Amino acid sequence: MLSLTLRALRARPLRLLMSMLAVTLGVGFLAGVMVFSHALSATFDNIVDGSTPDGLVRSGTDQGLGAAAAPGAPLDQALVRRIDSLPQVARADGQVQGLGMTLLRADGTAVGGGGAPTITTTHDDAPNMSGGHTLQLTSGRWPAAPDEVTLDQTSVRDAHYRLGDEVRLLGPGTAQHRVRLVGTAQLTGGGTAGATLVVLSTRGAQELLLGGRSAYNRIALTAAPGVSQQQLVDAVQALLPAGYQAVTGHDVAQETQDLIGGFLDALSTFLLVFAIIAVVVSGFIIANTFTILVAQRTRELALLRTLGASRRQVRGSVLLEAILVGVVSSTIGLVVGRLLARLLAAALGRFGLHIGDGHLVLTHGSVVAGYVVGIVMTVVASYVPARRAGRIAPLAALRSEQAGPTRPSLTRVCLAILGVLLGVGCAYVGVGDVDPRPGNPAAWVGVAGVVWIVSLAALAPTLGRPVLWVCRSAYGLVFGVAGRLAGENAARDPRRTGATASALLIGLALVSTIAVLAASLNATIDTSVDQRFTSDFRVEGHDRLPFPVAVGDRMERVAGVASVSREQDVAALYDGGPTELVGVDGDYLDAQGLTIGAGSGRLSPDSAVVSRSFADDHDLRVGQAIVMRPIGTTPQEVSRHAHRTATTPTATQTLQLRVTGIFGDATAAPQVMVPLRALAHAGVRRQDNVLHVDLAPGAGVARVRPELERAAASAPYVAVSDKQEFSDQLHHRVNQMVYLIYGLLALAIVIAVLGIVNTLSLSVLERTRELGLLRAVGMSRAQVRRMVTLEAVAIALLGSVLGLGLGVLVGVLLQRSLASDLTTLAVPIGRLGAFLVVAVLVGLLAAVGPSIRAARMSPLRAAAD
Amino acid sequence: MTNTQLAARAQGLRKSYGSDDAAVLALDGIDLDIESGRFTAVMGPSGSGKSTLMHCLAALDSPDSGTVEVAGHDLGRLSDRKLTRVRRDQIGFVFQSFNLVPTLTAEQNIRLPLRLAGRKPDKAWFDTVVDTLGLRQRLRHRPAELSGGQQQRVACARALLARPAIVFADEPTGNLDSASGTEVLTFLRRSVDEFGRTVVMVTHDPVAAAYCDRVVMMRDGRVVDDLDHPDREQILAHLAAR
Repeated sequence: MLSLTLRALRARPLRLLMSMLAVTLGVGFLAGVMVFSHALSATFDNIVDGSTPDGLVRSGTDQGLGAAAAPGAPLDQALVRRIDSLPQVARADGQVQGLGMTLLRADGTAVGGGGAPTITTTHDDAPNMSGGHTLQLTSGRWPAAPDEVTLDQTSVRDAHYRLGDEVRLLGPGTAQHRVRLVGTAQLTGGGTAGATLVVLSTRGAQELLLGGRSAYNRIALTAAPGVSQQQLVDAVQALLPAGYQAVTGHDVAQETQDLIGGFLDALSTFLLVFAIIAVVVSGFIIANTFTILVAQRTRELALLRTLGASRRQVRGSVLLEAILVGVVSSTIGLVVGRLLARLLAAALGRFGLHIGDGHLVLTHGSVVAGYVVGIVMTVVASYVPARRAGRIAPLAALRSEQAGPTRPSLTRVCLAILGVLLGVGCAYVGVGDVDPRPGNPAAWVGVAGVVWIVSLAALAPTLGRPVLWVCRSAYGLVFGVAGRLAGENAARDPRRTGATASALLIGLALVSTIAVLAASLNATIDTSVDQRFTSDFRVEGHDRLPFPVAVGDRMERVAGVASVSREQDVAALYDGGPTELVGVDGDYLDAQGLTIGAGSGRLSPDSAVVSRSFADDHDLRVGQAIVMRPIGTTPQEVSRHAHRTATTPTATQTLQLRVTGIFGDATAAPQVMVPLRALAHAGVRRQDNVLHVDLAPGAGVARVRPELERAAASAPYVAVSDKQEFSDQLHHRVNQMVYLIYGLLALAIVIAVLGIVNTLSLSVLERTRELGLLRAVGMSRAQVRRMVTLEAVAIALLGSVLGLGLGVLVGVLLQRSLASDLTTLAVPIGRLGAFLVVAVLVGLLAAVGPSIRAARMSPLRAAAD
Repeated sequence: MTNTQLAARAQGLRKSYGSDDAAVLALDGIDLDIESGRFTAVMGPSGSGKSTLMHCLAALDSPDSGTVEVAGHDLGRLSDRKLTRVRRDQIGFVFQSFNLVPTLTAEQNIRLPLRLAGRKPDKAWFDTVVDTLGLRQRLRHRPAELSGGQQQRVACARALLARPAIVFADEPTGNLDSASGTEVLTFLRRSVDEFGRTVVMVTHDPVAAAYCDRVVMMRDGRVVDDLDHPDREQILAHLAAR
């Protein structure tokens, strides 16, 4: 039987190729996503574990964020020596580490950003938890003098610096420094996941981050042999001055994991969903392909039966063929998957998320999953038709004429309808009038969407009837008899057509869901920009980096400028947790058009105006006194609270404030607004993060703008933008992400195209005699080509119409469930129309090969038996 | 050299299948004229080349050498597009295995060649053909809902509707019981006698051949006998003699 199977495979290379392609792509997609996810988490694990020592002494017992917030004695060399001499401690290394600095290019523009931190650190050879080194030199040497620096490779490449160049650094605050690049480094194992590393000598770091004090802001602890992390930490804690804390490496790693874990989980889940989609889509295609293949072989199999093969042998032969196809194509699929993971890594690298190349390898997990899914999918998909083939009485099969239209089974329709209803239920929980709503509303809608996709795929043969009917009638009218026949052919086996279209249905449903969400997000941005961008120009540092107040001062003096309103970001501690404060001008609130829900929007020197959600979270009312302690002033410090060693020697005093107003929540509005004067009063060094520039009536925008840009020339990372440019920047960020998602989904559509090619090629083979007859009774080659092409277009239209409909529905429901953030609904009709056009093109493309084959069919085939 | 009396003419036809040692000579220099308005049978044992001859005459296949003329067209000189047109307008086919398009109804199958040509069928002629074949009640059925005899009658109607210069029938009764076979043969006979069509039929069956005006006997790729109005006994005798 084996030799017969092998010969059957060899005899029909096209058939082999078709079924293998489907398996290869499905497995490839799955493996690609698994490899990528693994590389992603490995990169992060490497960063987290690789940069964490056995124990760490750091400031703050109360969720403190920076050395500035830590009262008491600094960590000096004497303390480090005392700790070092403890029997539990193998070595103790005083370190200076902090955020708040930014690498500038030679032209003064900033490197990095987009949420990824710039970490400034000293270097020593203290080992990490696993005994290795955190950093690895890739060229040059480590910094020795205060004016020397070693940077991570990726940033150096990005900034176009070379060894020996003078490097510009910004911060903390608005000070700029020039240091010499003496080396490049990377995190051991590669990949910084977007972070920028600035390695300074101890002296240099002390000058920049600790105001020149000869001290440290953390101590890395290495345990003596046989000492546990907890024992180490307990021993060290006794020696520490007030305000400092010894933490085990495990705890530090866990905190970091918790912080970035959410993001990682979200990305991994997202990718896994794509992998499942890919597997489902390929499963459809494999099942379809094998059903057709076995149907074609019915005669051949029946012949085997008449020659004495048992039912088991026939079934065995088909299954063996499936296993062979599964093994070979899964193997190819794994290779494809690795390539795909590299592509994905390269794409995300463009967003600043650098994955260590060394991690992009086929793990045992992905190899096993790839083979299991590939083989099981192929075998299951071929088993059902194989069993059916085995049941047919041999002589009946030998005589069998081609089957007419088939009907979808009733059980299947009933199950699918149940699925649809289940989805409606889930969607109702997500967006309906349910109180209290269990769980996340968007997740409910997501579940509904998945259930609907599966049910719709099962219902496609039935639901497709109207679409196919329209196709048939329209084709008949427009393309004559070839069109009519194409429509008839597409409707001939609704189950097959439906299954083929399902692949495209799934792809397009997802694409259009994303399209609706993206359009809604962009519309929401537009609305919010319209509301909040009320000035003529907005002046903002890259990634909200701070710049000197002198920039604003100069702008105030530009002729034609009526007013400059300022914002300063401050991270502060309130109620034991970090909070974002924004210091603003007196008339900022009016300018921003925020609606005051309670109290007034007027800022007196000690007043705070807070958002409704902040007030609710902290149970605040108008008139209540609050105390906040500023802890940092750079956006990275503000946004990355968990980096507990942020260092900015600015404020030492607290802000004593009173809540004077509560405003309704608005997208992207800060939580707490305080007057700039109050910040200055508390000793926070004044700098600006955003300026809003209003022009005097009649001032020429075109004339003022260059003047404003000149005023900001000392800080080249600061950009002047008008409303249009500002919203363009925001849209650009959204669109980049959306295009990445489209890129992933495009793969699902490629698989779908192959599915159509598969079905069509096999249908053409199956209808050899019929095509011959049509040629014999006078159908021209062009008409045959047109007929096959139109059939493909009908399948593509079926899948895309159902998919688009479902996608828009799910997109709208998702927007409804997210309405608090995604306030505006937009359905991008133009883009959806473009998808439909693409679907038709997909059909045309899929038909190229099969239609040429069909047109070559000799009319003699009609006479052949 | 158009001859209105001839529906088809073959001269010096040669065709072989396979290559070199394994080559089989299917047609070994055939000269044959098919007169208009007659019912001609081509007979011969399996492998005698009768099917190949018909395929060449019907523009389904092309000979290695020699010329075929159908209704005044030299098939060897025509492009695929023009050949398609000749098949569509000048030639009708009836196959042993009926070969109806399963997705189309009987009526749509009958009209298919004309629709492919983009021509309107002559209503009266359509009615005549359908009524003669007794298909009136079956027009809306699909092939799967028809008996073998009914399917073959649909195929006959399809072959005749375009009023082709010549109709080729390839073992038209081979898959039918004798009653249905008789119906089909009777119709082919009537189409020659009453409608003035030209029919060429390839058959094994002396009974079928006995319906014909002329029987061409073939063996090993050559014409070995050409009988005018033979009866069944004559045919059997000739078959036995070889």
